[in-house]
Parts: sequence; C-alpha cells; structure tokens
Amino acid sequence: MSAILKLDGVSKSFGAVTVADSLSYELQQGEALGVIGPNGAGKTSMFNLITGTLPSDSGRLVFAGQDVTRQSAATRSRSGIARSFQVPQPFSGLTVFENAMIAATQSAGLTGREAERLCLQILEQTELLSKANTLAGKLTLLDRKRLELTRALCAKPKLLLLDEIAGGLTEAECTSLVQTIKDIHASGVSIIWIEHVVHALLAVVDRLIVIDFGKLVAQGDPKTVMDSKEVQEIYLGIEADA
Amino acid sequence: MEWLNAVVQGTLLGGLYALFAAGLSLIFGVMRLVNIAHGDLIVMAAYLGLTATVVLGIHPLVALIVVIPAMAGIGYVLQRGILNRTLGDDLLPPLLVTFGLSVIIQNALLEGYTADPQKMNAGALETASLSVGGLSLGILPVLTFAVAVAVIAGLQWMFYHTALGRAFRAVSDNQDIAQLMGLNKRHIFGLAMALALAVTAIAGIFLGIRTSFDPSIGGGRLIFGFEAVIIGGLGNLWGTLAGGVILGVAQTVGAKIDPGWQVLSGHIAFLLILAVRPQGLFPRVSG
Repeated sequence: MSAILKLDGVSKSFGAVTVADSLSYELQQGEALGVIGPNGAGKTSMFNLITGTLPSDSGRLVFAGQDVTRQSAATRSRSGIARSFQVPQPFSGLTVFENAMIAATQSAGLTGREAERLCLQILEQTELLSKANTLAGKLTLLDRKRLELTRALCAKPKLLLLDEIAGGLTEAECTSLVQTIKDIHASGVSIIWIEHVVHALLAVVDRLIVIDFGKLVAQGDPKTVMDSKEVQEIYLGIEADA
Repeated sequence: MEWLNAVVQGTLLGGLYALFAAGLSLIFGVMRLVNIAHGDLIVMAAYLGLTATVVLGIHPLVALIVVIPAMAGIGYVLQRGILNRTLGDDLLPPLLVTFGLSVIIQNALLEGYTADPQKMNAGALETASLSVGGLSLGILPVLTFAVAVAVIAGLQWMFYHTALGRAFRAVSDNQDIAQLMGLNKRHIFGLAMALALAVTAIAGIFLGIRTSFDPSIGGGRLIFGFEAVIIGGLGNLWGTLAGGVILGVAQTVGAKIDPGWQVLSGHIAFLLILAVRPQGLFPRVSG
C-alpha cells in the first residue's frame, strides 16, 4: 500500500493560538482514519489545511504523490480531495440535483449525460433521489448531511474528509449513515473522519488518531487508542501521574 | 388615444432601460458588485459602435458583431485585472474603484471623441414605423423592446438551464464552498462581467441609434438602469424588465402632462415605489 496523503510538519497558528503544531502522519491508499480530540483541538482546522481553504505557515502536504502545499482549494478539489462540513453548507438556492451537478461537473470534470448519471447514482446511494428537485435550503438536517455526503461523492474523490457527519442524528439515522459510509469505504475511497459519536466512528475506521492543542498525541489501532492514557486524560480529565 | 399612445411608447422605451439594467442586475446578482461605471460602459459601447460603423462602413446593427465580443473581452479583462481585487466582505472598495473607472472612461472618451454629440446612422430604420390600431409605432423602439425581451429570456434560460448558469448561482450562493467544489470564482466572475458587458454592448448600440450621445451621459443611463433594477426587485431579471417598463411609462406619461417633467416623473415613480415597497415589486423568493 502506498500513501495517498502525507502531512509533513504542517503548522498553523493565529497569533498565540496554535491550531496545527507540526502535524505529521500518513494515510494509506484505501484506509479509513478516525480523528478524535476535544473541541477546539484543531481537527476542523486540519481539514481546512488539507483542502486548502487555510494556508499553512510551514510544512508540506503531499497528495497522491504530488506536493499540493501551494495549490488552491479549487485545484486540490479537482485532483480528488472532497469534504463534508460539520454544519452543512449547501447552495441553498439550487436544487439537490444541481448541488450534486456542481460537484460532478466542476470538481470531477464530467460533462453532460455522464455527470447526470453519476449524480443520480449517488443520490440513490445517499437516499436523496426522491428529493432531487427540492431546493437545498428546504431540506431537514439529516437530508442536509446526506447532501454534504452526496456533493463530496459526486466530486469522485480519492480522499473523502468527513467532519462530524453523524452529530445531531438519531440512532436510526446514524446507523443508516454509517452503512453508507462503509459502502463508500469498501469502494476504495480513502477516508478521514472527525467524529464525536465514537461508536459510529469505530464501526468504520481502521486506525485512530488523537489531536489536542493542534498536536498529534496518539495514534494506532482504534481499541488501543481508546484505552490509552492520553485519551483517558483528555476525555475524562484523569491525571496520569495523580 | 393620446394617453394610450404615451403608455405604449413608454413601454417600448422601457425595453431600452431594461437593456441598460440587465447587465447591472446580473453583476449584482452573481458577485454583489455595484458597478458605478456601468453607464459609462454603455456610452463606451456606443462609441465603439460608432467607430465600427465609420471605419468598416457597416450598419450599426451589423456592428454588434464586432462590439459584443469586444465589450465581452473588455469585461473579462477588467474583472480579472482590477475588479476581482476589490471584492471582499467590504462593499466600499468596489464602489470606489468603479467610481474611479467611471471618471477615467468619461475622460478617455472626451479625449478620444471630443465633447461633440454623436449619433449613429441607422438609415431607414430610424424613421420607419408601422400602424397598429390607430397607433403609430416606430420600428426601432419595437425592435429594441423585442431585443430586450429576448436578452432577458436568454439570460434567464442561461441561469436556470446551463452549466454556466448553475456555476453563477453556486458562486452567488456561497463563494467559499464553490471554490471547494472546484469552481474558480475569479474565472466565473470574469465570465459574468463578460456576459454583462455583452448585454451592455447591445444597450449602447440601441442607445446610439435612438438618440445622440456624448461622453457625459453615462451617469444618467446608470441612474435609469439602477431605478429599473430596484423597481423590479433585486435578483429578478423579469422584474428588471417590468421595472424598465414602469420607468419608461412614467416618463412618457409625465412628458405628456408637461414636456419638462419627463425625467422628473420617472424619478418620482421610482421614489414612490421605493417608499411603498422598498424590496421592489418582484424580489426573488429565496429558499
């Protein structure tokens, strides 16, 4: 297996606040990586750095063998990085289908029938087909989250970044979403998933990393990481040397 | 009958105002840019048309073949070279820059073409008329109105049925997310300005055939365009056509009462509508 994404000492701070402190890790082709950490730890900022909406202060980002550190968000999107947002941000004045088409035509570079076919196929997979002609601004929370996923998938990503997509959903909704993400993973897409709903995360990911104060504090097998003293400290406030 | 005639003539005049306004409406809709130089760009298009007719010896309407691509090219370069740099969270920089641009265009036209009023010669088209139910309609105003309807229908179709229109709406909706979807907003804005100035080219040619023009009249055309956009409601192109018609009718009816009241009555109608319905008559219903 070769690495699809490599972060090499990526750092970013806003004044005294460090959101990424020399982050280094690799994501293997086809791997699903879970990310946990307390609020404000820099998890979403890490996604902004990877997608290119936030320029890094230093460090290198390599995606699919290419140095993308200086590339714009639009270019990175076209080369296969897609994300969903924690707070869904659809184009509310466009229909669900048009939202999907933007990703398929602009990001994946498809045209005409081919783009339409991909969108319909993915809308079916994400269970939004019946709402294809609804304005995105009129969707419920679950459907907005599904639309986030739809748009990311219509970009035909090599790397999919999911930002707390299970948050705020009911148990049943969460289960159906986890199944969809499992299917996506099974189709060979590499995934990085930030999630506070840990059981949903553990049902999918192969490996887990923990981020705190912009630093990578633990990584490895999900179960081992969850039981590690770093995670216990961060989440339960237990002092290791008390 | 005289009053009916005034209303019909005003409606046709409204077509010209809608052409003035369509480009403004499009630019504001896509990138929230208020283009103060719009009127001067219309006048510039008229001068380009004049030059084309004189140099190439062609009819003004044939000159559209040259002027439309020329203005579209200018629009793209202007947007990517200057206006994109002014866009951001603050509305003031684009206002100031386009105001400066307005001054520059006016003075450049003054240098190049002098302050003498010019007019394009469209031959028989200028005086031809047809008689409908006792009213005498000029072919030129009828043609202008028909072109305005066609332009607005075309823009409307483009917005809702083409990939480019979808990209315009996506960028207008949320620029940052559009970037993440692989849309280059600088390029999209460039295309929007190119399209807006292509429409402006049509407006400029019809203006130049209808009346004489000189470098100083841009400001007045800008006001008429603005009034049409605001009366119709922001972001609604058919509303813009309706706004143009209302403005045109108010002017011709005002002129019927007293010839000195033509422009004033248009402004009064605008103020009345603004007071009663500040959002315009047909604001776009957004989701």
